[in-house]
Amino acid sequence: MSGLRRRAAIVGAAETDRLGALPDYSRLALHAEAARKAVADAGLTLRDVDGLFCTVAGPNELSEYLNLTPRYVDGTGVGGCSYMLFVRHAVAAIAAGYCDVALIVHGESGKSWIDMEMAGTAASPAGQFEAPFGAAGAPTTYALPVLRHFHEFGTTKRQMSHVPAATREWAVLNPRAMMQAAGRITPEDVEASRLVCYPFNLLDCCLVADGGGALVIVSAERARDLPGKPVYVMGSGEATAHRQIAMMRDFTTSDASRISGQQAFREAGVAPADIDHLMLYDAFSFTPMMFLEDLGFVGRGESGPFVADVSRDAQGRTIYPTGPGGRLPMNTNGGGLSYCHTGRYGMFALIEAVEQLRGRAGARQVPDLELSLVHGPGRQFAAAGTVILSNR
Amino acid sequence: MSGAVPAAPYRGALPKPTPETRAFWDATKEKRFVLPWCTSCGKAHFYPRAVCPHCHAATLEWRAASGRGTIYSYVINHKPARGFENRVPYVIAVIELAEGPRMMSNVVLDETPTPENVRIGMAVTVDFLPLTADVTLPVFKPAASS
Repeated sequence: MSGLRRRAAIVGAAETDRLGALPDYSRLALHAEAARKAVADAGLTLRDVDGLFCTVAGPNELSEYLNLTPRYVDGTGVGGCSYMLFVRHAVAAIAAGYCDVALIVHGESGKSWIDMEMAGTAASPAGQFEAPFGAAGAPTTYALPVLRHFHEFGTTKRQMSHVPAATREWAVLNPRAMMQAAGRITPEDVEASRLVCYPFNLLDCCLVADGGGALVIVSAERARDLPGKPVYVMGSGEATAHRQIAMMRDFTTSDASRISGQQAFREAGVAPADIDHLMLYDAFSFTPMMFLEDLGFVGRGESGPFVADVSRDAQGRTIYPTGPGGRLPMNTNGGGLSYCHTGRYGMFALIEAVEQLRGRAGARQVPDLELSLVHGPGRQFAAAGTVILSNR
Repeated sequence: MSGAVPAAPYRGALPKPTPETRAFWDATKEKRFVLPWCTSCGKAHFYPRAVCPHCHAATLEWRAASGRGTIYSYVINHKPARGFENRVPYVIAVIELAEGPRMMSNVVLDETPTPENVRIGMAVTVDFLPLTADVTLPVFKPAASS
């Protein structure tokens, strides 16, 4: 089942000039800058856009802000992976002829909170059955499955602490990473940082920032006429399974991630062993460990020993299996943990995969790269989206 | 976090009942713990819905539940939600109820919670924490201390 394999390509990708604390940008201004830069990167203009995909801004408010009248509109909002779903939906819309130039835009004033609103009401299921128990946002709800994984598989906090350390190694190579200047950290440093919500310390948690990013997708045929190196969408998947963390059927595996990943691999006609580069949304240290298992990169319960299986290079420096020089390069921009995290980070994971596949990743460039997989959750393992990309 | 009534006025998040959940919150106010049961498939569910999530029938009735369960997973939160400032650190847990469904709640101990004194699989029983005149929260305490 090849589905829509290689039918469409990402031809433009860009982020806002700056990421971090941006009190001079509103939520919509972040969208606008990212959109403008991404279409320019594609060799197009905003007037060419006829498909609009956005969630932090509603499609109606963004079409108004940019003075556009797209003929295809998608405002899917399932959390941070919404952008992976948008890639999938854009490929389908282009294949159907419903639009020719799809613009997927993210902008979020996650730090400065300018024109942002809290999701949900006190009458929603989460408002009634999560919030009253002091579930204080993502650090509490994302942490809840972790001890169950420890309990069932013997995973340890020390193993988990290797994830932020490995990811920081990439950030040190990335001048745009918010934590580049903070330098290297060890698993011990993670455990010595302030306790936020056991089993998470501060360095287990993603950053909080303002920023934006955007992608432009066209048909593979049209991509040939544009200046940039096209990045083909080989396969994609999506699913949603629940909203509240307590409703997750099994705390050691995400139904949404498994279903999403299976669809993407099947459509792309590849297996985990074929993937050269991974962007697994790291809202927290544990998050990508769950995805390594659910996507089949390691077996059930094996993510802990896998991420902690370090080696030493000739200079005696630690080589993490997912870090620079490791066998499975993952979250090479520095991830949500050390690059940037605005709230719905999926866009940044996609953009890094595009940068790597285009060979534009500078000091952190993964050599001989052909296939990249991007996967993320929506809310706390509730939804998921997967995109497999190729530069050939 | 003790079982005492939090200082008024309560600043934490309060549930706003909907038609399908009102009977649950009305019951906790009277220190009763009830669950919705489906008379078609014979299963209980949580949180309360207008259709059975197991078989999608709408043949639901409220029944008294045991209030017993075990800790399926938990966290010990040190960065409090609004209204929980004087309760840190506090346990947020997912309780697997004896009747089958799981629910989020708090596990309330007499001592400061630690990874040693809160355990996955620990038996717990329901307790009731009045927050306001209208809302009483179902929380859990270790079964041994009841």
